[in-house]
Amino acid sequence: METTITQIQTIPLQYYILFCSALFSIGVIGVLAKRNALVIFMSVELMLNSANLLLTAFSAYRNDPAGQIFVFFIMVVAAAEVAIGLALLVVVYRSTHTIDINALNRLKW
Amino acid sequence: MLSLYLFYFLSTVALISALMVLLSKKPIHSVLYLTLTFFTLAGHYILLNAQFLAVVHIIVYAGAIMVLFLFTVMLLNLNLEGEFQKSTLMKFVATLTGGMLFLVLIGTLKSFDVGTLSEHPELTQIGLVKNLGKTLYSDYLLPFELSSILFLSAMVGAVMLGKKDKN
Repeated sequence: METTITQIQTIPLQYYILFCSALFSIGVIGVLAKRNALVIFMSVELMLNSANLLLTAFSAYRNDPAGQIFVFFIMVVAAAEVAIGLALLVVVYRSTHTIDINALNRLKW
Repeated sequence: MLSLYLFYFLSTVALISALMVLLSKKPIHSVLYLTLTFFTLAGHYILLNAQFLAVVHIIVYAGAIMVLFLFTVMLLNLNLEGEFQKSTLMKFVATLTGGMLFLVLIGTLKSFDVGTLSEHPELTQIGLVKNLGKTLYSDYLLPFELSSILFLSAMVGAVMLGKKDKN
């Protein structure tokens, strides 16, 4: 057990913050720069995962199980979100025969 | 020391594959790169001694979500190369916005005081199933039960959406 805690502590928490910020920014860029709805979904997954990892890191460094419980719930919500989102995508594809999000501007006006 | 090298390796692979999700032309390649990212993140969880989360992450993401994505790509025959792209200006602006967000996050969190990191060796096993289960079924029992209702409604909703219209 002693070895585990020293191994965890050798990685500074700042590294996790840096890595998760980079991953989150990549997700944001994906949402902004892509027109394929499927890839936008994947970018959202990337953002969710970076937040999850940061919660886990804080939870492990502070000996607080609440963070890891939250990650568990976030995974639950993400799974439900993907199921609904992809079902919506299939419906959109059936009616417009494309998943280009620019074809979905009919609700704008 | 080994864990630090592992951290570098996993982070590099995760960032490169996350970038490749955006850069690859075919959606199916994006899905496969996303799977690689998820596996490296599972490695990160193991590195943090969060074994329960690592296993759940692999089961949920690599097992369920990836299969859903792959099914959608293959079922709808969406694997066309570069059919629609945003203009170069839009891509540049998006990258600039994301990069600025990254800089703001780093600038804010750089001087962030993380507080005291407790060092009780007997309490570091919070990531194991036994300890997480105790917390989940005592303090977080109500949200846990509510999440099952969320899943049920999501399942019903997905089935209703996926059903073919009669008219």
